[in-house]
Amino acid sequence: MPHRFSPFKGRPARALAASAAALLAATVAAACGSRAGDESAAAAESCLDTSGDTVAVGALNSLSGTMAISETTVRDAIYLAVDEINADGGVLDKQIEIVAEDGASEPTVFAEKAEKLIREDCVAAVFGGWTSASRKAMLPVFEDNDSLLYYPVQYEGLEASENIFYTGATTNQQIIPALDYLAETGVESLYLVGSDYVFPRTANAIINAYAEANGIEILGEDYVPLGSTEFSTIVQQVDAADADAVFNTLNGDSNVAFFREYSNVGLTADQMPVMSVSIAEEEVGGIGVENIEGQLAAWNYYQTVESDANSAFVEAFKAEYGADRVTSDPMEAAYNSVHLWAATVEAAESFAVEDVQAAAGGVSFEGPEGTVVIDGENNHVSKTARIGEIADDGLLYTVWESEGPIEPDPFLEGYDWAADLTVTE
Amino acid sequence: MDVIVGPLFTGLSTGSILLLAALGLSLTFGQMGVINMAHGEFIMAGTYTAYLTQQLVGDAGVSLLIALPFGFAVGGAMGLILEALLIRHLYHRPLDTLLATFGVGLILQQVARDIFGAPAVNVTVPEALRGGVDILGTTVPKTRLFIMALAVVAVVAVTLVLRFTPAGRRIRAVVGNRDLAETAGISSRRVDAGTFFIGSGLAGVAGVALTLIGSTSPTTGQSYLVDAFLVVVAGGLGRIKGAVVAAVALGALQAVFETYSTASLAKVGVFVVIVVFLQLRPQGLFTLRTRSLA
Repeated sequence: MPHRFSPFKGRPARALAASAAALLAATVAAACGSRAGDESAAAAESCLDTSGDTVAVGALNSLSGTMAISETTVRDAIYLAVDEINADGGVLDKQIEIVAEDGASEPTVFAEKAEKLIREDCVAAVFGGWTSASRKAMLPVFEDNDSLLYYPVQYEGLEASENIFYTGATTNQQIIPALDYLAETGVESLYLVGSDYVFPRTANAIINAYAEANGIEILGEDYVPLGSTEFSTIVQQVDAADADAVFNTLNGDSNVAFFREYSNVGLTADQMPVMSVSIAEEEVGGIGVENIEGQLAAWNYYQTVESDANSAFVEAFKAEYGADRVTSDPMEAAYNSVHLWAATVEAAESFAVEDVQAAAGGVSFEGPEGTVVIDGENNHVSKTARIGEIADDGLLYTVWESEGPIEPDPFLEGYDWAADLTVTE
Repeated sequence: MDVIVGPLFTGLSTGSILLLAALGLSLTFGQMGVINMAHGEFIMAGTYTAYLTQQLVGDAGVSLLIALPFGFAVGGAMGLILEALLIRHLYHRPLDTLLATFGVGLILQQVARDIFGAPAVNVTVPEALRGGVDILGTTVPKTRLFIMALAVVAVVAVTLVLRFTPAGRRIRAVVGNRDLAETAGISSRRVDAGTFFIGSGLAGVAGVALTLIGSTSPTTGQSYLVDAFLVVVAGGLGRIKGAVVAAVALGALQAVFETYSTASLAKVGVFVVIVVFLQLRPQGLFTLRTRSLA
């Protein structure tokens, strides 16, 4: 009779449970991310080779893990822009070749892969990153190696690196216009709900400062762990607080659970509108239109924006990836970032990092959202702010837009009430 | 008085969700001692079963009813295959099982991503389950009432099967004393396969039900796995009763903490309570006395 493992003898069971718990804890800890890339190595000489007919660039997006849901769409947009530029003759008569890497939703992996792209693949620039944790992990890598990252997602601001071009919105191009819009429509009290990491915490610090200066009452501020799907208590509290509006900085799958709970307890956009900053066309499908119709979102771009550049962008994207696909703000910002890089290289007549940095200020591109111009001071771009309403076809339609592009102000120097906000690390 | 009813109901509701996710695990981990890290992915398979059924059937209400048994079959079949190909060969090596099934979980996630795409898909909630019911001043979503009812049905069904069917008796016999059961003519290999089928099938059912409140994406299962293990460990290995009490207790604890702090702090609080509890009572809430020899 073979001896079989049996867990019911006290010690083995406990040891097992403990090891299972240890593995789970390790997974959780890894998922929370840590700051990586503490490179003390001397800045390496770039190994970029521009003697051939091609030039390599990196596409660094999460193709696996929890962020893959969003970042794969950004990768698609990067490929589309590169194909367009190549079909048009390339950059400085060289065809662009993409070296793709998977950031795996882990900040440490992003840092490692960035290092690999720069040192081994000798890329001229890297496009990608999504979470602020991934950007902050990559920042020292790009600074130490003196290389370039184009980061395409709206973020919490309070950062400006010479080695990063930020083509998504900073706070004064998204959150502050959203607050202005709410204040304009008569909102006097807000309830804040967000995922528990750097972006929502910083965003809510800004919202609190804004609210204090503008006489808006904050009735509650709640955070859930990233990926959490349990919203029973929070929605009850939101319901009880009876604010004029909810400001939602949740990220990823949590939005699905939140909006399902919200509509199931009978809350509607008419009673208490939810202003979201992380819900784009792609996310609406997963949440279910019936649960989110009429709610608001703040972005710089929607698929429905009316412009010739956008018609061409949407048409080209659907032709490449299928008619059922939608385009969203981060995709558009990523698409713009590749074109902005190409335009800067053309202007600089060089792929060298210092030449690109020197030539970047004032470079513009006629993007789907409108004209975007690189600000040479802080490496952000000017963007048009738009508030969109989610319609029953799952798309967002602009209900308000800023008069022309807003100049980027990542440190909110132009706002007196923001004087006390500090740079978060 | 919704200050009391709110958290109380939320506790029950969260508890029933935890219970649904953990019930299958309490069979495979609790009864068999197999640490199946792919359990979450069986839940995920259930959510996609609900999605596919809805795509084929159309009507959300009918498809939900069809998807429940279908989810059981899909989860169970995946469990059988995993048991036959992998876990069976690793019964003496629990740590290898843990790592191997963790890998299988990652593979299943990637498979789901390749088939259905990375973005979450939408499973429409049936008309009949939309909106809420007013209970003592608190609006209770009907979807949560449905999940509570389903959890009760699942627990009763599992209990009845274990207690009153020949197959259930064989499972209990093998859990109680494997060698003695074998000498009595019970094929423990077939019992293992059967137990794993039921446990994995329950994960599939949980997946179908969880589409009502959560998202359907390749990583859905991950959000339930840690909590499911906590429920089984805190409840005591091998006891369905333990899983029930632990799930409701953890749910209530989470709800109460959350009412007076934030959700992420509440999570920390729950973990602290569990760690302290397991220090004082490592065997969990309920223990199974067996006559098997060490």
